[in-house]
Amino acid sequence: MIDLEVPKKFVPLVRQAAGLADQVFRPISRKYDLAEHEYPLELDLMSAVIDGLSDSGASQGAGARTTSGGSGEPAGVGAGSRAARSKGGNVNGSNLSSVLSIMQTCRGDVGLTLSLPRQGLGNAAIAAVANDEQKARYGSKWAAMAITEPDTGSDSGAIRTTAVKDGDDYVLNGEKIFVTSGERAELVVVWATLDRSLGKRAIKSFVVRRDNPGLKLERLEHKLGIRASDTAAFTLVDCRVPAEDLLGDPEVRIEGGFGGAMQTFDNTRPLVAAMAVGLARASLDLTTELLGRAGVIADPSAPAATQSYAAARLLQMESDYEAAYLLTLRAAWMADNGKPNSMQASMAKAKAGRTCVDIALTCVQLCGATGYAETELLEKWARDAKILDIFEGTQQIQLLVVARRLLELTSAELK
Amino acid sequence: MSHLHSKPSLADRGQSFGMRLITRAGGLEAMKNAALRAKVEKVLYRGARQGFKAQVAAGRMFSAKTGSGEPTRSRPARARHEFDLTPTDDQQMIREAARELADEVLRPAGAQADADRRAPGPVREQSAQMGMALLGVPTELGGVAEEASAVTSVLVMEELARGDMGLAVAVMSSAAVANCLVNYGDSAQQATYLADFTDESDPATGALALMEPQPLFDPARPQTRGRRDGEELVLDGTKSLVPGAADADLFIVSALVDGAARLVIVPPASDGLTVADDPAMGLRAAHTGTVHLEGVRVPAANLLGTAADHADAVARGRLAWAAAAVGTSQAVLDQVTAYTKERKAFGEPIAHRQAVAFTVANIAIELDGLRLVVWRAAALLDRGLDATSQIAHARSLAERHCAQIGSDGVQLLGGHGFVKEFDNERWYRDLRGAGLMEGVLLV
Repeated sequence: MIDLEVPKKFVPLVRQAAGLADQVFRPISRKYDLAEHEYPLELDLMSAVIDGLSDSGASQGAGARTTSGGSGEPAGVGAGSRAARSKGGNVNGSNLSSVLSIMQTCRGDVGLTLSLPRQGLGNAAIAAVANDEQKARYGSKWAAMAITEPDTGSDSGAIRTTAVKDGDDYVLNGEKIFVTSGERAELVVVWATLDRSLGKRAIKSFVVRRDNPGLKLERLEHKLGIRASDTAAFTLVDCRVPAEDLLGDPEVRIEGGFGGAMQTFDNTRPLVAAMAVGLARASLDLTTELLGRAGVIADPSAPAATQSYAAARLLQMESDYEAAYLLTLRAAWMADNGKPNSMQASMAKAKAGRTCVDIALTCVQLCGATGYAETELLEKWARDAKILDIFEGTQQIQLLVVARRLLELTSAELK
Repeated sequence: MSHLHSKPSLADRGQSFGMRLITRAGGLEAMKNAALRAKVEKVLYRGARQGFKAQVAAGRMFSAKTGSGEPTRSRPARARHEFDLTPTDDQQMIREAARELADEVLRPAGAQADADRRAPGPVREQSAQMGMALLGVPTELGGVAEEASAVTSVLVMEELARGDMGLAVAVMSSAAVANCLVNYGDSAQQATYLADFTDESDPATGALALMEPQPLFDPARPQTRGRRDGEELVLDGTKSLVPGAADADLFIVSALVDGAARLVIVPPASDGLTVADDPAMGLRAAHTGTVHLEGVRVPAANLLGTAADHADAVARGRLAWAAAAVGTSQAVLDQVTAYTKERKAFGEPIAHRQAVAFTVANIAIELDGLRLVVWRAAALLDRGLDATSQIAHARSLAERHCAQIGSDGVQLLGGHGFVKEFDNERWYRDLRGAGLMEGVLLV
């Protein structure tokens, strides 16, 4: 039966996440925007709470760890289908609860959400492609994700970092940039190729311990936004990794190899879309309040053309916000129910990414000096917003994914 | 006559209703569905019973009747409280029937109906047979609804408008009048008017006329006025873009009465009421006209519902138009998806170019976004909850993105999109209308 409201059973979780956003993140939001690269110690105190949220059954505290608390299964595509079959009905699972709680924590602060211990994107990768033994081994560790290289951004199939089998080890060599939480995490999931001549399907992901002597932290980036979150660059020089730390299937298959690694995105793109939705909500809430004090109240029942520009613009932004919000919930719901969601995940990411940038920038504009100055957080949100239309696949990559699926074109046909 | 039998055979029904029509309806793939077939047979049965009634031309007289106490309303749908995008089996069934009607009947007739500014008889008849116009009318009042559902309505509107928006409006305009009577009418108003709208052999036609010609029209502040004079209301004003105005059996107009916008039942034969042709950019199959009201006197008892009911009708109208915009946008998406892969330029299908492919992707993204907002609003209404915000969002998305989708639908075909070789130029014209129309349709 068609119903697009927050499921009753997730309401307490959303409230908790909202509390985290308002009580913990907001008060320290500006502090760690100004103190880039300083570790937010407050988050350690929150760890217990986060873990409590994560383990409370179908819930995720705030991050991207998509292992459902109950069954220990990854919550990716396919997992839900088993649950759906066994129950013979609709599933509201950990993908949906994750996006709902991330929307809340990112309404608080995106950078701090990304800095939450043990909620990294690497954890999502582990949940998506690791075997049971690996999941048990890494389950409680904080894992960052290292894909991008200096010469390889959106075309992640062309990465140059190599992995060569040597006895019981793999030896990794290469350079990785834009590793979120790279400094703070305990593990880094590194994408490397077993044989560059075999293309995408030879790409595997390896779990590298942060204290591995072959993994050298080169620098932390200074950024436009999300400054509370550290963004690291690494070099891997003869970095030895035990063979059992290769995630998933070690064989190079003719088909499906890269798909396995890429499947991570079907889970993580709705999460990033949720971050964008959360940030957009923050900008809209504050702008609505500030404009309200200035005497502007939007009337949803009156035609936009009969209202002030500011009021009409608020209504427009609310409507695009809602489209992004629902596209995100749909992508997560599909994953929960075992429906292939690559296209819908990219639709959500594309709409949410561009919408949050448009909303955050427009809110600064509508509030003038108050919007632009550091007295309010609107200017910070406008800076934070831009990364959400870039990482986990840029706007353009999302459109490519959507178009290829829709038009049934290969990457050779639609480049 | 078949009405003499308690259980008429299919042949009896066929004779009284027209064998030709039954064969057509029966030939539709959706008719193989037993449950749907039962529903249609219910409509046919009632049609057969009433088949002997004299054919009444436009402008019929409604004789005032006294209702029996409480008016009858559609029952709200039941709900579980979990996120779900799966229609119920019942909704899926009705949606498939509407889908088939759209593909087999509306789409093939769309271009000619646009040119003729007329919905052909067979289109009206087949739509009526499928019970599309009676989905919001409870069985007790002669309709087919076991439970009223805005979700069902938007699913049907989507499909019909995917077939053709102009014809969908022509077919569903009278349904809006029937739904207004069901939702807001007192038992006397229901008893007086509703039966003629549920008559399958010759259903009454009508229009929910809210639009007015002035720029910045706000339905909450109509310039049409209703002045009380004893037991009568005196109406003055102009209503625009009224579908089928020339042949309507009944109008429900909005007017400012005692400072609040209200719905008023107005018979077309009233003194002082004149109808003029009002052709527009699109929705041409709906044959839009202008209704002028000059000192039109109707009994004060013709006030339909409350001021809140008027606001409800405005909101449900906007939601219906947003659903129609979803449907026609889907038609655009389906067409350009196929076309851009067939059409070659510079030695390869134009879909191989990002400028083209991204345009198609964006149509799909904005379309799906709007569809989800429409569904959410409808589901909220079915739960008896406030959907004001969601309906406003649906309208905003429809008026901006669907106009863009209509434009992209022409642009991707270039000159071929501009000429009437394809449906795209009609979709462009219809989609512009869907974002600005008030009233006419109702979920």
